[in-house]
Order: sequence, then structure tokens, then C-alpha cells
Amino acid sequence: MIAAGRRLGIPVVIGSAGGAGAAPHLTWLRDIVDEIATERALRLRVAVIPADIDHDTVLRALQAGRISAVPRGPELTAEDVRASVHLVAQMGTAPLVAALRNGADVVLAGRAYDPAVFAALPLLHGFDEGLALHMSKILECAAIAALPGSGSDCMLGTLRRDHFVLEPLDPARRCTPTSVAAHTLYEKSDPSRLPGPGGYLDLSGCVFTPEDDGRSVRVSGSRHVAQPFAVKLEGARLRGYRTVSVAGARDPVFIREIGSIVQGVRDRVADNFPDIPADSYELLVRVYGADGCMGALEPAPQAAGHEVGIVIEAVADSQDLADTLCGFARSTMLHFGYPGRLSTAGNLAFPYSPSDFHAGAVYEWSVYHLMENDDPLALFPISYLDYPEQPGYADRRARTGDLS
Amino acid sequence: MTAPLTELADVIRSKNAGPYEITIDIIFTAQDQYDLVKRQRAINRDMVAELYRMPVDDVSEPIFYDPARAVKINLRRPLVSGNVGERDVYGAQQHGPLLTVRLPTP
Repeated sequence: MIAAGRRLGIPVVIGSAGGAGAAPHLTWLRDIVDEIATERALRLRVAVIPADIDHDTVLRALQAGRISAVPRGPELTAEDVRASVHLVAQMGTAPLVAALRNGADVVLAGRAYDPAVFAALPLLHGFDEGLALHMSKILECAAIAALPGSGSDCMLGTLRRDHFVLEPLDPARRCTPTSVAAHTLYEKSDPSRLPGPGGYLDLSGCVFTPEDDGRSVRVSGSRHVAQPFAVKLEGARLRGYRTVSVAGARDPVFIREIGSIVQGVRDRVADNFPDIPADSYELLVRVYGADGCMGALEPAPQAAGHEVGIVIEAVADSQDLADTLCGFARSTMLHFGYPGRLSTAGNLAFPYSPSDFHAGAVYEWSVYHLMENDDPLALFPISYLDYPEQPGYADRRARTGDLS
Repeated sequence: MTAPLTELADVIRSKNAGPYEITIDIIFTAQDQYDLVKRQRAINRDMVAELYRMPVDDVSEPIFYDPARAVKINLRRPLVSGNVGERDVYGAQQHGPLLTVRLPTP
């Protein structure tokens, strides 16, 4: 993609690096581009835009009352900020447009508003922000707005002064006014008002019209309403380390008794490790075929089939402790006695040996909040790498290399 | 007359809308059916709260979106997405209870 973009003079904008868009992900992405540029001897200007934000900046904003919660989200505390392993701010279009204006052929962005990656080029050329962002919001979801929908191939967006047209690139798909309109609902809490960095998209007045080819759709009436600039902050805290064990059960009496068996296993674990405070670890047993997908929300939580799937999970402060807890719970469940038991040789069918797996470090959301910020560029410093390497390149690379 | 929602809708889906909410979309096949549901508020907070065994406060007022013949309902996630104890990180399989619903027809 990078070589083809260079050949055709089309800028390539990538974000959020690695999905989450923190420093290690951006470094990983930059190293890939570095390898491609060097191997193919490309003449390339690469802009690198980290989105990391230091803890002190967030703590100061918190103290100044410039951080707010999102709907149904908690208020931020200083403890949440301090516990965050990484903190990023979600950039809008401004840093991406600035990088393109400065001649970048490739832009590598840390955490970025998904549509911004697509909207940056049209905004550089002065297109309407509402139309550019709405079109980009659809394009960033590949062909999900087409019929049949797909996340694995692309759509062509043609942006004009007062509308845009969407056309799926796979001839087996087509867009309809309904399929495109429906996409504005996707993963959003309000289809008419989509907030982003620096404002919101007002889609209440959108008109979706079929084009004559029967597979393209024209969209007009998307509006961007500017608001005082704010960025979304995202942070993760390390919760512990996870070990899981996967098993099945095929015995009808065991399945009938599964609720009390699970409780019995949990009690036995607590009894066996009296020195480990109960609030310092989590032991979970999920029963698929009962309430595995929905838990407390499941309207039919009783196992009704001829077999169930069981996932035992322990999360603790160390991988060793998680291993111990998961292993003990697994062997307890394997040999657990219950009323009416016929199959006294073992209750579980394990597909694997060894039966337990390290799922490694476990992270949870620590920060997902809005921070007022006067300058949309200030948090996102842009640096440039010019290929092929020039004298002094190593110094410049070292500067952009210091991302963490 | 009533009919199963599964016969009246092209799409019944759930997904995260951020880490704190699950959003449910129902896209109706026919305009007159959508109009009836919107007019009668046949899909409403109380009904959804009961289906999901949730407090009504955890269910947002349904949003009707005419251009897509769609109704959107937002639920408070029982757990912040990905927290220990999670069952559906992306919230993509939380639509099940709606599949049993019957609605009045035009």
C-alpha cells in the first residue's frame, strides 16, 4: 500500500497505530514502514504523530475541572490516572491535515478518531467538514454499510461540494439508501448526533438517494457543528494475570446440578487458600449452554442441551497464583461429588493437555473521559522522517524513536 | 394482530457504544410497520427493561431514526467492557431477548 501510494502520489494515512494507538504500537508501526522504505529504497516523507499524554497533564486538567465523564461513565479520579499504564488522547483531523500540508507521503498516527484518517485529505483541500466526516465514518467500516455487509473489503467514496456517493468495490455488493442510513446507527448511541473531536455530526437532515446504477447511494445534508474543542482520553490499568481452563460436560445429572457444583467449587477454593484474601483474586466459572454469553441478563439461564461448555478463569496478582487457583478449581470440578452422580471417574472432558492456559496480563479501562483542550494541535507533536536516509538521519530517528 | 419481531425486521443487533453502553438497533422491513411501532411506542423502556431484567433507569428512551426505519435502544452495560467477569467484550450477542418479542401489526 505504501509503495503503491508513493508511485501514484496518494498519501497513506494510518491510525490508530496498532488499534490502541499508544507509544509501543506507534513504534511497531513505524518500524514496519521503516523496513519497507529502506528495503524498496523509497523516497518518502513519513510523519509520525504520537497521541500519548503524560499523567501530569491529565492530573492538572482534572484539578482544573477540565475533565468530564461520558454518559453512564464514572467521574475520573486521580487514582485512576496514576494507575494507568498508558494514557492517550484521541486526535481529530487537525494534526493529520497539518502533516499532509507539510508534504507527508505517509502519516502514522497514534490514537485517532477513526473517521479523521479518511477525512484529513479532503479537509486539506477545503471540502465540507460534515460531508467529509460522515463519508469517512462510513468508509472506515469497510463495506459494512453495503448489502451484504462485510468488514473485509472496501468502499469507494466520491466527495463533491454538496454531497458524496458511496459505491462498494466488490461487484457482489450494493448500497441501498437503507443500508447506508442504517450504518449511521452502528456502534453509536444516537444516530442523529455523533460527537467527535471539536464538535459533532448532525445527521438529522441527511438525505439518502439511490444512484442510477442501482448499487451506489448519494448522501447529502450531513452537517458538522463546531463546539469548544475537547479530546477523549483513554487509559488502561493492569488488573492482574489470567489463567483459563476449557472443558466440556456431557453427563445429564452433572448438567442438572451445575449451579450447585459451580458454587461448591468456588467454596472449596476459598477454603483451601485461607491465606489469600478473597478480594485479591477473581475465580470465574462460565457455563456455555446456560448463561455463558449474557450472565445476569440471560432470560433462560438453565442449561437445556445435552452438553455444556465450561471455562474456568482465575485472575490474580501474579501468573503463578492465577495458575494455582485455576488448576485447583479445575481439578476440584473434575472430581466434584454431587447428588445422583454415576460417572465417578471424572466430570469434565478436556480438549487439551495441558488443560490450562496463560492468558497473560489483564488490562481494564481506567480512563475514558473528555478533556477540554484549547489547541487541537498542541497535544499531538508531529515529527518527520525523510527517506532515503540522509546524514543526521539517525539523530532524527532517535528523536521520533523516543516515543515511550 | 401481532407478529414475531423476527418476521418484521431486517436487522436486530447489539454492539458496544463505548465501554459503558450497549446499543441495540432494530431496522424494520416495512415503512408502515415502523410507523406503527413509532406511533404506538410499541418498543419502549419498560418493555426492554423487563426483557433484560434491568432497572428501567438503565435503559435509555428509544430513539426513532426515520431514514433507516430504525429504533435504537441504549442499555447500561452490567460491567464496563473487558472488566474481569466480562462475557461479551464487544456486546455483539446481547440481542437474544428481543428475538422472542411479538409486536402489533398494521
